[in-house]
Amino acid sequence: MSLTLSEVNHIAKLARLDLSGEEKEQYRQQLSEILEYAARLQAVDTSSIPPTSSVLPPRSVLREDVATSSLDVNQILSNAPDAAGNQFRVPPVMD
Amino acid sequence: MNSLHNLSLRQAAKALRCGQVSSRELTQASLERIEKLEPALHAFITLIPDLALEQADAADKLLRTWRKDPQDDLPPLLGIPLAVKDLLAQANVRCTCGSRVLENFIPPYSATSVERLLNAGIVTVGKTNTDEFAMGSSTESSAYGATRNPWDTDRAPGGSSGGSAAAVAARMVPAAIGTDTGGSVRQPASFCGVTGLKPTYGRVSRYGLVAYGSSLDSVGALARTAEDIVPIFEQMAGYDPRDATSMNLPVPQITLTDNPDLTGLRVGVPAEYFIEGIQPEVETAVRRAITQLESLGAKVMPVSLPYTEYALPVYYLIAPAEASANLARYDGVRFGVRQPADSLLEMFHHTRGAGFGAEVKRRIMIGTYALSAGYYDAYYGQAQKVRTLIKNDFERAFEQVDVIAAPVAPTTAFRLGEHSGSPLEMYLQDVFTLPANLAGVPGMAFPVGFDSQGLPVGMQLMGPHFREELLFRITHAYQQVTGWHQQAPSLS
Repeated sequence: MSLTLSEVNHIAKLARLDLSGEEKEQYRQQLSEILEYAARLQAVDTSSIPPTSSVLPPRSVLREDVATSSLDVNQILSNAPDAAGNQFRVPPVMD
Repeated sequence: MNSLHNLSLRQAAKALRCGQVSSRELTQASLERIEKLEPALHAFITLIPDLALEQADAADKLLRTWRKDPQDDLPPLLGIPLAVKDLLAQANVRCTCGSRVLENFIPPYSATSVERLLNAGIVTVGKTNTDEFAMGSSTESSAYGATRNPWDTDRAPGGSSGGSAAAVAARMVPAAIGTDTGGSVRQPASFCGVTGLKPTYGRVSRYGLVAYGSSLDSVGALARTAEDIVPIFEQMAGYDPRDATSMNLPVPQITLTDNPDLTGLRVGVPAEYFIEGIQPEVETAVRRAITQLESLGAKVMPVSLPYTEYALPVYYLIAPAEASANLARYDGVRFGVRQPADSLLEMFHHTRGAGFGAEVKRRIMIGTYALSAGYYDAYYGQAQKVRTLIKNDFERAFEQVDVIAAPVAPTTAFRLGEHSGSPLEMYLQDVFTLPANLAGVPGMAFPVGFDSQGLPVGMQLMGPHFREELLFRITHAYQQVTGWHQQAPSLS
């Protein structure tokens, strides 16, 4: 199992991560090593085994559909890197 | 009393009640101890002495009123100084998660676990160091520098709750809150010679616990004895409508007796946890502790968890996959440190590239790959299926035994930097702690001896879902008849 640099670029793009050239090469090697280790799972016969996404017994969690109080806007915006009015401000989405 | 920091949680609570000591005095002793040892250990990311003293004074006021008219039950934690892992939100206190990306983040709310402890009158002295977003087994991945092991400051305290473990071991606080996704309470407890509980998944609300692997994360506690963890566990546990995975079950009132008799209890010993490569002194100490449980009346029998060897690859696909989704929120929009950029997409890339450290990026990359088109079934899907087999192992074992006893980690505390060259080597540290998280069962780690270099050895007990009281009972019995948990590192 050996990843190519272009696969690393693709994953980094999906993950929205800027990586330096050095980081990319390092992750290419390390991810290859880790994925090769993980490949031993392929040897396990799971043809009749359901996946576990939660260890808790399956159940529905419902609540009454009533409004409750939440944090106020100022508290929410207090950590915003940039805000205008009652909104988060970000750089242009499109050129 | 010039050694107030030496009081255990139980001793401190007793002294507070009878008025021998005030919460302010206890808190000051804790803060002084921290001030003295922090340069050598670096157990904390943020200290909050002013808030702590304010909380202590409020507790003292309640205690004075109570002493005049001691009718109602006082919350057992009133006025006790505790430390909180910096992965849990405490309202209006900086929460970094050991990451640069949250360097300036001040949560406007508290985690349910923390809030319940605050309501019970605890004093919070500060936020403890952690591997970045709890991703690590040594605290070395903290963006704020590694914590050092109080038993040997050249060694790692374990991780990711290494700050909490070191703070308890160094007598900075009688107890601390930690979190455990793959062993992050139990392994540092073992490395630092303290007692640590990872509760059943769903027992303690995860609301306000900054998410890493949501199907694995749990909030636990570390202290010097199992008995000291009881009031913290009872306070934190229980249903919380803000966490859909918290179970609506009654929290057991745990009553521990001084009688260490374990007659009738069945302790399973899994061969899969005594593998080649384990440090011989670890095996010796753990086997000796198991014999001790037998001498207290427990029936010891072999038990098999055949899929144990797959826990590591399963965990290192599932946890990063969940992390890659959970950490998508650090995009510089709503909180945290934003990197300047000309477009939104560029801002995401810069912010995340500059904000995350190497281990976090590595796990995001693994997780993104495991979830990506074409690889999902082979990696993530297969890992989830093998997870079922690991869970089934435990279910079958608990038909035969009440608890399972095993080492916490294959070795005692390793040197700082020893595994930093190889991620896989570091991941192997978690080989004995991951299965409990994958199966969701509770685990208790506690000291059972020392190796030839004077480093603590830990053993863990794992029990069936929501049967924490068994772990408390057995650990307490063991601690009644042994003295390992009373040993303290020699720190000037």
